[in-house]
Amino acid sequence: MLSKRIIPCLDVRDGRLTKGIKFKGNVDIGDPVEMAAFYYDEGADELVFYDITASYERRDIMIETVRKVAERIFIPFSVGGGIRTVEDMRLVLLAGAEKVSINSSAIRDPSLIAKGAAAFGSQAIVLGMDVKRVSPSQEIPSGYEMVIDGGRTSTGLDALSWARSGERLGAGEICLNSIDADGTQKGYELRLTELIATNVNIPVIASGGAGAIKHIHEVLTEGKADAALIASLTHYGTHTIKEIKSHLHERGIKVRMTW
Amino acid sequence: MIAIIDYKAGNLTSVQRALASVGRKSVVTSSASEILAAERIIFPGVGAAGTAMFDLMRLKLDSALAKAYGSGKPILGICLGTQIVMEQSQENETRCLGIIKGEVVRFPDDFSEPGGRKLKVPHMGWNKVNMRRQHPVFNGIDSQSEFYFVHSYYPAPREARNLLGQTFYGIPFASALVSANLVAVQFHPEKSGRPGLRLLSNFCVWDGKDHA
Repeated sequence: MLSKRIIPCLDVRDGRLTKGIKFKGNVDIGDPVEMAAFYYDEGADELVFYDITASYERRDIMIETVRKVAERIFIPFSVGGGIRTVEDMRLVLLAGAEKVSINSSAIRDPSLIAKGAAAFGSQAIVLGMDVKRVSPSQEIPSGYEMVIDGGRTSTGLDALSWARSGERLGAGEICLNSIDADGTQKGYELRLTELIATNVNIPVIASGGAGAIKHIHEVLTEGKADAALIASLTHYGTHTIKEIKSHLHERGIKVRMTW
Repeated sequence: MIAIIDYKAGNLTSVQRALASVGRKSVVTSSASEILAAERIIFPGVGAAGTAMFDLMRLKLDSALAKAYGSGKPILGICLGTQIVMEQSQENETRCLGIIKGEVVRFPDDFSEPGGRKLKVPHMGWNKVNMRRQHPVFNGIDSQSEFYFVHSYYPAPREARNLLGQTFYGIPFASALVSANLVAVQFHPEKSGRPGLRLLSNFCVWDGKDHA
């Protein structure tokens, strides 16, 4: 059977690593290529790079980073942030990423999902979703609203219906981030994760809120996620990928234990 | 030299980079003469079977591949390349190369794992390959190793002698096949970490003979 995936997320700005807490106050912790090679050796199943480079002119730095990462690690990795066109996708995929993740740009132009899937296949297109809890309303019956621009802008779009649209348009996977849980280290937003994971037929990667190994166990069982995104849990050496996987393995969750 | 066949089916540089990391030079090519001149051949591919066969025929690479296979040259099929060596695919009702007898079929739309949870298609992620027998291309690979898969269709070889390894996803399916000097895998060795690199490295020194 398929193993549940443990996926470290690396935030990159101008070719250097950062880690955002609630998307604010990022601190530089080093070279993304070295960190990628480290996680590859440690047994990560996949990596996610999120490029928060502000200026469009500096995008080529990210492409160069992707190229260097692809020479060092031989597991899938995806790149998100600042991908607005099919041509942006092409550059990132040709540089060696397995997948691209689109978020705000897909909400602004949903046809980007379909165009990307037609050009590169669904397996290459990850729909990134930043979701905020709201009171259920006629417009947002699930009580979860899509937000963009790092959580600053509301969209009036219901998260569940957007997830279904994304799947229909050709996204091959969903990376589901809870803005409320992100950076709290109090655990993933389980209800949201389960809601989305049980209502789409594409894999869901849970993101935001991991502060302890038990949170990962929760989101892969109760939350029904196919994979868990982690950052601060391992970035600062608090835990290793091996500790996380051993914990899950001992509790009967299938994870990749040999690498 | 190793020729990686380029028939416009996906990004092939990842295979080339993986080979480079195990110290092997390769060329990505759609030239039939270059393919026939190569010492060994990798036949990868991502995408749909219909388009892939169309492009393969347009570039006259179907006959180059058949000729290379006939000459005993080691060939490694990966993912869509593995499906294309079968007789035909349910995907776009495509007639394929027919090097290995059998069809390429789609995972059922509605199927579940033991325990009841609905299984998603494509089968995407890490899974094991249970070897039916030994083969030089799998030398030294731990039986607990997992490989990275992304696919909605799988090859169903008609003859047991072509089955090298099986993977379980709701149902058992053939994830590694063999026919003389051809080994074909449904997973992506170039994205499967060290076991995948070991497989590529083994392929690069394989004499193309199946000693079974």
